[in-house]
Amino acid sequence: MTSLRGKCAIVGVGETRIGKLPNVGTLTLHVEAAKHALDDAGLKASQIDGLLTNQPLHDPFRTYSVVVAHAMGITPRYTTDLALGGATPVAMAIHAAMAIEAGLATTVMCVHGRNQASLHLLPKNGVGTTREANGGIRDGAEDYEQPYGFMVGPGHHAFAASRHMHEYGTTSEQLGAIAVSTRKHANLTPTATMYGRPMTLEDHQNSRFIVAPLRLMDCSLVSDGGGAFIVTSADRAKDLRKPPAYIMGFGSNNPHAQLVDAKTLTTLGGKVSSETAYKMAGVGPGDMDFAQIYDCFTITTLITLEDYGFCSKGDGGAWVQGGRIELGGELPVNTHGGLLSHGHLEGITHVNEAVRQLRGDDVEPERQVEGAEVGIVSGHGGNLSTHATLILSNRRN
Amino acid sequence: MTTQTNETYTKPLPEADPEDRPYWESLKRHAMEIQRCSECGEYTFLPKPLCPNCLADALVWTRVSGRGTVWGTTTQSHPPLPSFSAEDMPFNISLVELAEGVRVCTNVIGCPVEDVRIGMEVEVVYDDVTDDVTLARFRPVKDQ
Ligand SMILES: [Zn+2]
Repeated sequence: MTSLRGKCAIVGVGETRIGKLPNVGTLTLHVEAAKHALDDAGLKASQIDGLLTNQPLHDPFRTYSVVVAHAMGITPRYTTDLALGGATPVAMAIHAAMAIEAGLATTVMCVHGRNQASLHLLPKNGVGTTREANGGIRDGAEDYEQPYGFMVGPGHHAFAASRHMHEYGTTSEQLGAIAVSTRKHANLTPTATMYGRPMTLEDHQNSRFIVAPLRLMDCSLVSDGGGAFIVTSADRAKDLRKPPAYIMGFGSNNPHAQLVDAKTLTTLGGKVSSETAYKMAGVGPGDMDFAQIYDCFTITTLITLEDYGFCSKGDGGAWVQGGRIELGGELPVNTHGGLLSHGHLEGITHVNEAVRQLRGDDVEPERQVEGAEVGIVSGHGGNLSTHATLILSNRRN
Repeated sequence: MTTQTNETYTKPLPEADPEDRPYWESLKRHAMEIQRCSECGEYTFLPKPLCPNCLADALVWTRVSGRGTVWGTTTQSHPPLPSFSAEDMPFNISLVELAEGVRVCTNVIGCPVEDVRIGMEVEVVYDDVTDDVTLARFRPVKDQ
C-alpha cells in the first residue's frame, strides 16, 4: 500500500460571513464560500474537477454535490456528498486526497454551508411524531430518545460529561477553562461571532444549565454560513498563490452508532483515528504546534485532547487549566475561537484555521502561533459516533 | 390512568416500524421485551433485523426483568421542545443499563432530580401516555 503522506495539500480556504444570515440560502452560502477559496488559491472554477459536499440537513435535496458544482460552473469528474456529521469536513480532505492520488481528479473543492441559525430544525409546537420534529431527517434513535424529552446534541454530550465527571472527577470549572480560552481566541479574531464579547470563568459558572452538567457556555453557537477549502496534489500546490498546507496524515474511526450502543462515552473515535494519523505522518502529539479540536461542547474538546494523547485519559480536566491551551501556552487550541465562540459550520473553519496558521502570515499577528509547522485537526459528529483526524504541515518532510 | 390520544398528546411519540413494533407492544402490555439472539445469547437494543454480534437471523423478543442501574444521568433544565412546559422542568434523563446488559434512554422519576446518581438501582414504571403508546420510565428501587 502506498502512503498518502505529503502527496496532497490544501491550497485555498474561504468562508462567507458567519452569523445570522436570514436572507441567504444554503446554495448561496456554498457558492460564495467556494469563490473565496478559489480567490485565495488563485484558481479558476474551470481548474476544479472534483467537488465534495455535506448536504445541509435543514435544506436537503437530491444529488446535492452535482447541484452545487454546476451552480459554480464546475463539471466534476469526481463528486459525492459525504454524511458524517461534524466529522465531514475533515473526511472531505481525506476523500479528496484519496481521489487525487487515485487519479479521479486533480483538484477538489470541499465545501459546506448551512443556515441553522435562520432555518429552524424544530417545529413551532412540537406536536406529532419524533420524525416530524426532526424535519424528516432520521437519526435512528429518535423514537427511543425524544419521547423522553431527549434531544440530540446537548443531550448526548451531557451524558459524556456525566460519565467523565463520574469516572475521573472532572469539574464544571475545568470545562469552563476550555470555554474561556476559546473565547479569548475569538476576541483576537474579527470574523468571530463572539468578537468583542469577553467571557470569564465566573460568567461560565453563572450561565444556566442547558442539560446539566452542561451549561449554556459549554455549548457551541448556532450559525449560518459557508466554508470551503481546495485540495490538490503537492506538485500542483507549489505554483499556487499561498504556501501549501500538506496533508501529512489522517485517520478516522466510528465506534458506535447510537448513544445506547456506546461501550464508553469517555473514549471516543479520536483515539484510534489519531493513532492512525500519527502513524501515517510519522509524528506524535508532542510534535504539534497547535490543535484545532472540534468543540460542539467543551466536553468534546476535553475528551478529544485525551484521546489524541496530549495528556492521559482522565487528566484532561486539570490539563486544560492554567493557560496550557491558550495562545502562548503549551498547545494552543482553537486559535480562531472554535464552534464555541467563532461560529458553527460543523468544523470546516477548524480546517481553514489550521491552514492559515501554517502559512505564517495569514491571521492577525496577535493570534499567530509563532513558528507553527505542524498542527492537528479533529472532526466529531453524529451521536458522539463519528470521528476524523487530519495532520497538516507546511513542510513535506 | 390516561385519556390522552395520539392527537391530543403534544410531546413527541414513537412511530412503530415492522422491526420495532413488538417492543412498543410489549410496553403497552406492561411487560418489556428486548431482542435476544438464540444463537449466541446476546441481548441487543435498539431493535435490529439480525443479531449484530453473530448475524444470525435468530433474534427472539424476550421478557426482561425491568431492573437496572443508572449508567449516565443528566438534568434537562431547558424545555427541549415547545410542547414541554415550565411545569415539566427540570426533569431527569438517564441512560439505564438493564440487568440484561443493554442500555435504554429514559427518565428516572419518583425522586428529586438531584438525587439521581450513577449506579443507582432502578426499576421500570410503565407510563401509558396515550391510549396507544406506553413509555418505559424508571424509579429508584426502594431499600437499596
Ligand atoms: Zn447472535
